[in-house]
Amino acid sequence: MFALWPRAARLGRALLSTHQLTGPFVLRIDKLKTGRLPPLSFEVADGECMSIEGPSGAGKTLLLRAIADLDPAKGHVFLDGQERCEISATQWRRQVRYCSAEPAWWTPTARGSLPKAAVEPKDTTGRGTRLDRLMRSLDLPPVLLDQPVASLSTGERQRLALVRALCDDPKAILLDEPTGSLDPVSAGLVEELIRFLLLSGRNIILVSHDPRQIERLAHARLQLAQTAPAGEPERTV
Amino acid sequence: MSYVSLGVTDLAIAASLILINAAISFAFRLNLERTLLLAAVRMVVQLAAVGFVLKMVFDATSPWVTLAAGLFMAAVAGFESASRLERPYAGWRAYGLGASTLLVTGLLASVFTAVAIIGPQPWYQPRVVLPILGMVLGNALTGVSLVLDTMSDVASRERASIEGRLSLGASRFTAFEAVIARALRTGLMPILNTMAAAGVVALPGMMTGQILAGVAPIEAAKYQMMILFVLAGSTALAVIASALGAVYLLSDDRHRLRLDRLKRTG
Repeated sequence: MFALWPRAARLGRALLSTHQLTGPFVLRIDKLKTGRLPPLSFEVADGECMSIEGPSGAGKTLLLRAIADLDPAKGHVFLDGQERCEISATQWRRQVRYCSAEPAWWTPTARGSLPKAAVEPKDTTGRGTRLDRLMRSLDLPPVLLDQPVASLSTGERQRLALVRALCDDPKAILLDEPTGSLDPVSAGLVEELIRFLLLSGRNIILVSHDPRQIERLAHARLQLAQTAPAGEPERTV
Repeated sequence: MSYVSLGVTDLAIAASLILINAAISFAFRLNLERTLLLAAVRMVVQLAAVGFVLKMVFDATSPWVTLAAGLFMAAVAGFESASRLERPYAGWRAYGLGASTLLVTGLLASVFTAVAIIGPQPWYQPRVVLPILGMVLGNALTGVSLVLDTMSDVASRERASIEGRLSLGASRFTAFEAVIARALRTGLMPILNTMAAAGVVALPGMMTGQILAGVAPIEAAKYQMMILFVLAGSTALAVIASALGAVYLLSDDRHRLRLDRLKRTG
């Protein structure tokens, strides 16, 4: 209930330990209105994956962008009881990570585009840094990080973009067709990584055109209808 | 000073050169006669008007009249800076940004030059302040409009990169880094070229004018150096201010890229 009163929630958090107050950790979307979609409300619990389906142009990407606060949208989004407007947009996007279907690269090599926080820490565990482990889990040799991005294959770029998005350990992950341009083997590795992220308590929203992938991964499904102005989305949450 | 005054006959002789243009237009059927005549008449009327206005301002030598003339010049320059962009900004904000940038840098640079370097009596002597302001505004205007143009153009083409960086938690200034660098380089290019080529490729206008007016070439060169330093400094200031301002135009306080603030191109 504190989530309904962001200020009260913040005050409460300051006075008491977070864990006692906010209860189950959750990504909660409350009457979020974006594009021509009707206001949508749903929750994705920790360790839960929700899929978003719908024809092209239904607003799947718009919805993910609105949750990551990349587009202005009415309504509220809470992560663990904290509304997005309570913290700075940069902090929000460090916790709620949007992974575009067509990742962009702004440096010649992939390493330059990695968040600084992920590049600096030294390996202390002997199992490699988080970055090393992510690269290994998606079967990407470490040298790819220092090769010109333009010389890599589409599949390698998409997997590298996933590594880039995950290497600073965001809490909620919004995946926009993460296996769209991958061969079945790499897609399998990505699905395995998604399962691992769920096991470690991340909240995941997955946009996918593959019904079997959704079958395998999603705990809840949201179906968006074609964007006729009157089109009410069928909610199966 | 060996300054030669031009009479009406001298001007008439110069004006006859325009007949060559007319002859070419006629011979090649360019149909430019009307445009040509209009442009020539406009030039004569505008310069004559400026001459008379400046004569009035100089005769008055009042700080307020000088300030009013300066404000008017800066306002016009500000309007021009945001016109004719490839991807124009919606609303009045870009004009406001251009005008305020030019106003502040123009006033700073011309007052600084007049007071700290030339030191005329009185310090607001319009004969000194206004021509300097004009040169500062002219150069800063080119810089500012190149910056505004590059910012909106590159930001819309590099949308995926900017939003990629934003979604990794970068602030808007970090996300715009590459766009800003590109805009600054573009905006500073003309004044850098002018400095590098000064005197070799073309004699700068002010130096030409001073030499025609009978000033010793060395003296004219010193003045030109001083002016180029002032122009470089003030243009750099205007270019940086307008680039940072354009980041605010193209993004909002939630660090979102707001290309919807550009005019829709059909």
